[in-house]
Amino acid sequence: MILLETQNIEKKFINHLALDDVSISIPENSIYGLLGPNGAGKTTLIRIINRITAPDKGAVLLNGRPLQANDVNMIGYLPEERGLYKKMKVGEQALYLAQLKGLSKKDALKKLKYWFEKFEIQAWWDKKVEELSKGMAQKVQFITTILHEPKLLIFDEPFSGFDPINANMLKQEILELRKKGSTIIFSTHNMGSVEELCDNITLINKSKNILEGKIDDVRKKYKSNIYEISFNGNTEKLESSLNNHYELIDHKKVNGNNAVKIKLLHETNENELLSLILPAVEIISFKEIIPNMNDIFIKVVNEYKN
Amino acid sequence: MNKIKLIISREYLTRVKKKSFLVMTILGPILFAAMMIVPAWIASREDTEVRTIAVIDSSGIFVDRITNTDYIKFEYLENKSVNSLKKNFLESKYYAVLHILPSITYEPTAVHLFSNKQPSFSIKSHIANSMEQELRNQKLRANGIDENVLKSIKSDVSIRTIQWTDDGETKESSTEVNMAIGYASGFLIYFFIFLFGAQVMRGVIEEKTSRIVEIIISSARPFQLMMGKIIGIALVGLTQFLLWIILTFIIITGVKTVFFPELGTPNAQEVVVQDLFDQGTMPQIETMQAPQNLDKFTSILNAAKSINYGVLLGSFIFFFLGGYLLYGSLFAAIGAAVDNETDTQQFMLPVTIPLIIGIVVMMNVVQNPESPIAFWFSIIPLTSPIVMMVRIPFGVSDWELALSMGLLVITFIGSTWMAGKIYRTGILMYGKKVNYKELWKWLRYKS
Repeated sequence: MILLETQNIEKKFINHLALDDVSISIPENSIYGLLGPNGAGKTTLIRIINRITAPDKGAVLLNGRPLQANDVNMIGYLPEERGLYKKMKVGEQALYLAQLKGLSKKDALKKLKYWFEKFEIQAWWDKKVEELSKGMAQKVQFITTILHEPKLLIFDEPFSGFDPINANMLKQEILELRKKGSTIIFSTHNMGSVEELCDNITLINKSKNILEGKIDDVRKKYKSNIYEISFNGNTEKLESSLNNHYELIDHKKVNGNNAVKIKLLHETNENELLSLILPAVEIISFKEIIPNMNDIFIKVVNEYKN
Repeated sequence: MNKIKLIISREYLTRVKKKSFLVMTILGPILFAAMMIVPAWIASREDTEVRTIAVIDSSGIFVDRITNTDYIKFEYLENKSVNSLKKNFLESKYYAVLHILPSITYEPTAVHLFSNKQPSFSIKSHIANSMEQELRNQKLRANGIDENVLKSIKSDVSIRTIQWTDDGETKESSTEVNMAIGYASGFLIYFFIFLFGAQVMRGVIEEKTSRIVEIIISSARPFQLMMGKIIGIALVGLTQFLLWIILTFIIITGVKTVFFPELGTPNAQEVVVQDLFDQGTMPQIETMQAPQNLDKFTSILNAAKSINYGVLLGSFIFFFLGGYLLYGSLFAAIGAAVDNETDTQQFMLPVTIPLIIGIVVMMNVVQNPESPIAFWFSIIPLTSPIVMMVRIPFGVSDWELALSMGLLVITFIGSTWMAGKIYRTGILMYGKKVNYKELWKWLRYKS
């Protein structure tokens, strides 16, 4: 089931095309990674989904029907450049932002109490935002984003400004939100967290959507048939057992054992490789190297350049 | 609609709860009241030191002729020279020495005032006036005009103006009172537009620099945020204005009863005025025999009462709101176009110039409220809030008022629409030096 879909979105600014024919579809109850180099058009796409700006062409569908003004109450948005009113008290401000998202004052108070207790920040209620540290303000901001229990959450670089402990806490909250049924769009440059959290990704580069799919499929698609083998025995002996279907690309010592990386070139498979080297050495581990998102990101963007 | 209400109430409450609002609310009326009370107080505390001035009159015509006042006494010395007085001047009781030369009858400069201090202006002018009068009297007498005739030709003229209104009534008016009210309202409007318009601009810049704006406009439309801010601040202005009126009234009444109790009780003058006002007929005014100062007082009081305060206050609020909405939206657009307050200069100029022209024209209009300049500037929307307010106490025909108000409404709708477009684009624009060409492009963006 698709929750949100953008169809052939095009957005022009004065001298450049920010989005060119971008179509993505975000399955319900998933975490969707929105990746891309700086200036690729991610923020513009997010703003269009938030109805902050309108596309020149194309449509945004929510649950299969065009996105409407009131739908913003179903979206929670944490922008990359975020801030709060500095002179306003934390509690007052959280209440105001919650009411802007359509919550009643009573509901908002009840929910805020729950979250403030959960994050152990009740003592901040009457403090002014300018008295808080950056990390503290980020927590308040996170709460105001998710308080109205939106169906769709959009986090733009949510971990920036958090220490590792709080970043982990946030990660757990995001996973928890998905468990409860939210759909999350997650834009970041931190590829580690993409692998950890995302179910699907799309990669936007120079205004175009150049890669989309389930994260496992994407990684499989870009695997390069390299296997890492660690073993007891002589490296030369192993090397001499290989024929021209294989290429030894690296060897080193790991914890006192030898380890090699072997690339399968053509007309062969893992089993054949194993049957060749088994007589030569004592194998400790054998695993396929799947490229991480970082490598894929760099590779795809560079390929696109040429 | 609910969202704009929320935004208005936030804008209003955060400002009204600020300490600076409280300080302004208290200081404002104290300053206003001080402006009215201090001159009265100073007048009541005139210099009470008695000064004696020695007069050496070589002409012989002024002996005992310069009038003593409560605080200035003159002593006429014979057979003394200026030099002998100068020697012991510090030990003597004299404040100054007045030396009149015989040539005074034909030479105006033949009189000197010696002192170790700089004699005050009032002393100087008192002496000069007395001497001029004495010289004139003597010259008239020398030409055979008798003292009684002299007294009887001394005359004073004080014009009371009475207006015939369209419905045939007569009412007393005072050019001075109208001028004062016109000035005050014009200045207040100017002051309010600047003060609260700048608050709108600062509010927008604050939202932009603190980066909260993107969060807000993911919940509400940019236009709602802009209008919410403008309306919220207008309400702050009206609240402040109302509190000022109330507090000023309380302070003035309080000070009056404590320090000038004689002014607080109804006295003969007011009773007379009341009678006169109740009957309000011409013959009574004409036949009334009263001392001149009472006459003047009556006249001002009548004039003050003859002004239609309903129309005045109504138009004040209308032109304040109209002018503020017009300029407030322009200020909001400026705030959205820049990253910080120092960048506002280039856009502030075209917005401030019409306001300053309004104030300059106001000075002229107060003198001549029916002139073509007065008419045109009170119709053109950018200056009309100031200039029309100056004209209203003098009486403005209904069609002119309606035209001016109508044009103001149309213009502020237009300016708000335009500002909304600039605002929408500007609030998400960072780190870009914006110029007029850029603003023009923003205006033509599709929503």
